Amino acid sequence: MVTLGDYLIVSGVLFAIGFAGVMLRRNLIIIFMSLELMLNAANLSLVAFSRFHVQPNGLPNYNAQVFVFFIITVAAAEVAVGLAIIVALFRARQTTNVEDIASLKF
Amino acid sequence: MPAYLFWIFALLMLVFGAAVVINRNPIASALNLVVSFLSLAALFMSLDAFFVGIIQVLVYAGAIMVLFLFIIMLLDLRVEKLRKINWVASAGGIAVALALLTQIFYVIGNLKAARQTFPPLARSTIDDVRNVGLALFGNYNLPFQIIGILVLVATIGVVLLSKREVR
Repeated sequence: MVTLGDYLIVSGVLFAIGFAGVMLRRNLIIIFMSLELMLNAANLSLVAFSRFHVQPNGLPNYNAQVFVFFIITVAAAEVAVGLAIIVALFRARQTTNVEDIASLKF
Repeated sequence: MPAYLFWIFALLMLVFGAAVVINRNPIASALNLVVSFLSLAALFMSLDAFFVGIIQVLVYAGAIMVLFLFIIMLLDLRVEKLRKINWVASAGGIAVALALLTQIFYVIGNLKAARQTFPPLARSTIDDVRNVGLALFGNYNLPFQIIGILVLVATIGVVLLSKREVR
């Protein structure tokens, strides 16, 4: 049988993959995709806990699923704003590589 | 859902998620991300969260990934040229990610609930949308309205960002 820990470990590995992507890649768009992976990993563990804590009426805990709904909405807004910023940056600098955008670097 | 289906979809999700990070072509990365999200939607369905699974497919695999592909097309990104790899920075990044992973494993290993299987449900959650809607418009009505304003602000912000000439 699949346990709660299996879901949590899969979610943790997905989060680590996304984190490694943010740390290793230098293309802004790929970094953004890795951020999405991390958000989704959090969603997976939330839904797993929602299914694990069955309410007295025999249904999963829907508070966690409402939270996931909010996360997905915020992620959609975040992607729209982030990609608009990337397009504005590309118009100004003609690059999406983070190493070429270092004017704020100490 | 049988256990082997869980492992198949989990493996698919992780392999394609890793492919997102490894691929040098942004379009290939975006398409790998779509497959990863679809497998994640299957995992949501295996947890009896049908509504969340469906909005995962509609919003993530549909809307958000189309936005990504659209921007990649707009910026005309090609396969990245091989730059000199900064080995110190790469090793540091991998080390930090591995440290995070070991911490996650340690915490889950010490969690007693993690070794339990999921308790059975009293009835089917096939009417998931109704239950999520009841929670959303009942207890969470105010956050829901605030989220609506957030999306409106994001829309206006995007329009402003793409109209103004950035120097």
